[in-house]
Amino acid sequence: MIWVAIAVTALGCYAFKWFGLSVPESVLDRPWVRATAVALPVALLAALTAVQTFAVGSSLTIDARVAGVAAAVVALLLRAPFLVVVGVAALSAAGLRALGVA
Amino acid sequence: MTDWPRRRRAVLRDAVGVGVATGAYGLSFGAIGVAGGLTVAQTCATSVLMFTGASQFALVGVLAAGGGTVSAAVTAVLLGARNALYGLRLSSLLQVTGLRKAVGAQLVIDESTAMCVAHEDDPSARRLAFWATGLAVFVLWNLATLAGALAGTALGDPQALGLDAAVPAAFLALLWPRLAQRAARLVAVGAAAVALALTPVAPVGVPVMAAAAVAVLAGVRWRDALLPGPGAAS
Repeated sequence: MIWVAIAVTALGCYAFKWFGLSVPESVLDRPWVRATAVALPVALLAALTAVQTFAVGSSLTIDARVAGVAAAVVALLLRAPFLVVVGVAALSAAGLRALGVA
Repeated sequence: MTDWPRRRRAVLRDAVGVGVATGAYGLSFGAIGVAGGLTVAQTCATSVLMFTGASQFALVGVLAAGGGTVSAAVTAVLLGARNALYGLRLSSLLQVTGLRKAVGAQLVIDESTAMCVAHEDDPSARRLAFWATGLAVFVLWNLATLAGALAGTALGDPQALGLDAAVPAAFLALLWPRLAQRAARLVAVGAAAVALALTPVAPVGVPVMAAAAVAVLAGVRWRDALLPGPGAAS
């Protein structure tokens, strides 16, 4: 099933890229379409961040991930590069678990 | 304007620099991919075939959280919708047809678009910027994915390593630069609230898809507040 998901998603992603290069500019050049395209990644990434921080299956919990994401926020505020942000989050969560705190 | 060999060197240098920088994302994607239950081959195939970072993280993240194939694919493809707007912006700058268009389409991503648009007044430099950046990122992204996946396999238990916290941190880091406008921050808060509210009642994966509705609503109602100035690529 994972291979199916990869294949279908790859086709969908390629289709959007190819479509953009192919259609006349007027087709997509409507303000609400452009604004929605700007808002889509914001909404989806925010939702993914929230769900992956607090959800376990269908329940909401607070565990070591919250501390990890909080550390990531600090790293982002300090303008740390991507790899540092991700690494800081992982280390914080792992550290709390190793100490038996969360 | 300086002579072409010098401008060409500058464009190529920038392209490699961007490629190296995105390699860091690729490294984390590789590690998160295998931690999320994909094999090394599946993780690498994702980088070659999809080649659009945020969508790849979303596909792996939703699958690893126990979401179905459909919700994982829909979320990832919706995240890739912005590439259509990049393509639209690029079509007049690149003027590609046939095989070049088929290959070039795969290279339409945030970085190649930004670099091409940055040179839009210079027809030779903008084409070179697109192809060089796209190819540099493609090569380094895929090498980094492989390295990250192999490292992730060697590392062991994802939870003890905090890799489950690395996933939301990666999404947050991808989101961060998009929050410059107030309207975007409101969209982010609204989408997160909708997704969390639906988590206890909807199947895994559906809450994130539902958050896309917030984007459509905001696009229709606040379109002027959301649209960046001319020339912005992302």
